[in-house]
Amino acid sequence: MRPIIKYAASRLVSYLLTIFIGITLCFIFPRFVPIDPVTTILSRTTQTGAFMEPEAFRAMRETLLETFGLKGSLQEQYFNFLRRAFTGDFGPSLSAYPSKVNDIIARSLPWTLGLLFSVSLISWVFGNLIGLLAGYYKDRKISKTLELFAMVIYPIPYYVMALILIFVFIFWLPLFPLMGAHAIGFKPSLSLEFLLTVLRHSFLPALSIVIVNLGWWILSMRALSTRISEEDFVRFAIVKGLRTRVILVRYYMRNALLPQITQLAMTLGNIFNGAILTEYLFAYPGIGAMLWWAVSSADVNLMMGIVTLSIIAVSTSALLIDLIYPLIDPRIRYGSK
Amino acid sequence: MRVKLSKRVLKESLYALKSLITGDIRLLLGLVIFMAYAVLAFVVSRFIPFSPKRWGVVPRDIPPCWNYPLGTTSMGQDLFWILTLALQNSIIIGIVVASVSTFVGVVVGLLAGYKGGYLDRILTTLTDTFIAVPSLPILIMLTALFLGRIHILMLSAVLCVFNWPWPAKQARSMMLSLRERTFIETAVFSGTGTVGVILGEVMPLIAPWILANFTNTVLVAIATEAGLATIGVSSLEEATLGTMIYWALQYQAMFRGHWWWIAVPAGTIVILFFSLFLVSTAISSIFSLERSAK
Repeated sequence: MRPIIKYAASRLVSYLLTIFIGITLCFIFPRFVPIDPVTTILSRTTQTGAFMEPEAFRAMRETLLETFGLKGSLQEQYFNFLRRAFTGDFGPSLSAYPSKVNDIIARSLPWTLGLLFSVSLISWVFGNLIGLLAGYYKDRKISKTLELFAMVIYPIPYYVMALILIFVFIFWLPLFPLMGAHAIGFKPSLSLEFLLTVLRHSFLPALSIVIVNLGWWILSMRALSTRISEEDFVRFAIVKGLRTRVILVRYYMRNALLPQITQLAMTLGNIFNGAILTEYLFAYPGIGAMLWWAVSSADVNLMMGIVTLSIIAVSTSALLIDLIYPLIDPRIRYGSK
Repeated sequence: MRVKLSKRVLKESLYALKSLITGDIRLLLGLVIFMAYAVLAFVVSRFIPFSPKRWGVVPRDIPPCWNYPLGTTSMGQDLFWILTLALQNSIIIGIVVASVSTFVGVVVGLLAGYKGGYLDRILTTLTDTFIAVPSLPILIMLTALFLGRIHILMLSAVLCVFNWPWPAKQARSMMLSLRERTFIETAVFSGTGTVGVILGEVMPLIAPWILANFTNTVLVAIATEAGLATIGVSSLEEATLGTMIYWALQYQAMFRGHWWWIAVPAGTIVILFFSLFLVSTAISSIFSLERSAK
């Protein structure tokens, strides 16, 4: 078998496994919780003061048992659950009845994916460029200052960074709007005006994630290129009198980019986690804000749908990055041995 | 003989600790900041003059001043005393999660790397999968079932599920490179069992790295709890760094101009995480220097 096909096949298997195990976790977890989800939801509904006929109450209980897959034996429950996840049938939303869960997700997923991809790409490109230069000029003062800056920035959680930005740019210097992804009254269209309002509204949410990620890419790239600068082949290139640009691109970048691309695929899940909280804080109409809405209104169908879909979306993005990998790493194309 | 040996080990580890602390300014700085917070959390919090969770004990909405160094909340709580309690709970969550998941991760990783074969393949696949699954949606869904009243230890147990894979992955790769070394072979051929080899030969070499990873997991656990709390699905009745943010957001502290209410937990998180990150990077860089010197 050609190595590239072998590579793609093994990556595909692990992709399916990731989704499978993720969904299985969603199935197992609520069963370890000492609280009965059905009772919880029912009490939450009656808490709001809504009066319900006993008949309706019983019908709702039945529906809840079914949506949670608590009917029948454990195996039956599990297979039902898997079937729903893999056919993508999550039923109607309970809080926005009778809209379908799939429609709600289809409306919010593009916002999240757009945010996720742009912030990952921007922070990856800029972070690696800055880190590369910082590693090359590792003894300059600016490189060391930059490292300190990255060390302070990187451990800050996304949501704290979001709070800081909200404070500075919305409360203190009211330069940006807080709510939503576009100004009120706009209908999503491909006009320049719409694009501008989206950019203006997405700027701060994106910035909060980009800054933190930038810290990580600068740190890791600086470490990588510092290590490369100690290699003999780099010293030889310098002695040979190659231009700095050539050394940076052909000697540093080629060697350092591979682990950074692997890292990018692995950190996607993490960035997605961050995006959920950022969306919530900025009221950005993506999956994260939806998930918060589902949680606070006890909409189980929507919750399950979002969690399952986010697992699939993140794994697929990671898979795509990994499938691009052979284009950059010749060792996979020519056979690994 | 036994006493002598343990005395020697003690002396050596004390020496190692001393050289660690004096050798790297980052480690020293990180440890000093973290210790200051730990003292706030576990010593100063003993001297709370009144129950800080009660409402209306102090005047409301006072900015930081001499009497209330960090200001007060809209519920009439003193932020300074709330902060000591919050730090206590957050650090407990961090340490519990870090201990359990580092232990599980190291055991899984070493086992996979040492035994190889099918066991390795199964464990590695499992580890990689757990790393790839986006954990926060699952955590939110799970903790939402508790209606904001999850017990702190229960929450820690849940967080452990997503924190063991990283140490497992790294422990495995370290075991793989160590396995090829001659001293391991010598130990195996002279009849040492698996447990003996791992405890006697491998552990001393990877101990500093375990420490670095432990510190990092403390950070991640505190951050995850605070993130869950920000959305409102953590243990809302207890004070943690996250629930402080939650209540401040609930009362619109920022837009009512009560910046201190949100600045206290946010600032604490930034400084605390910086110190933990300093410690973990300092340990791992000293460790890698030592390894390359050998």
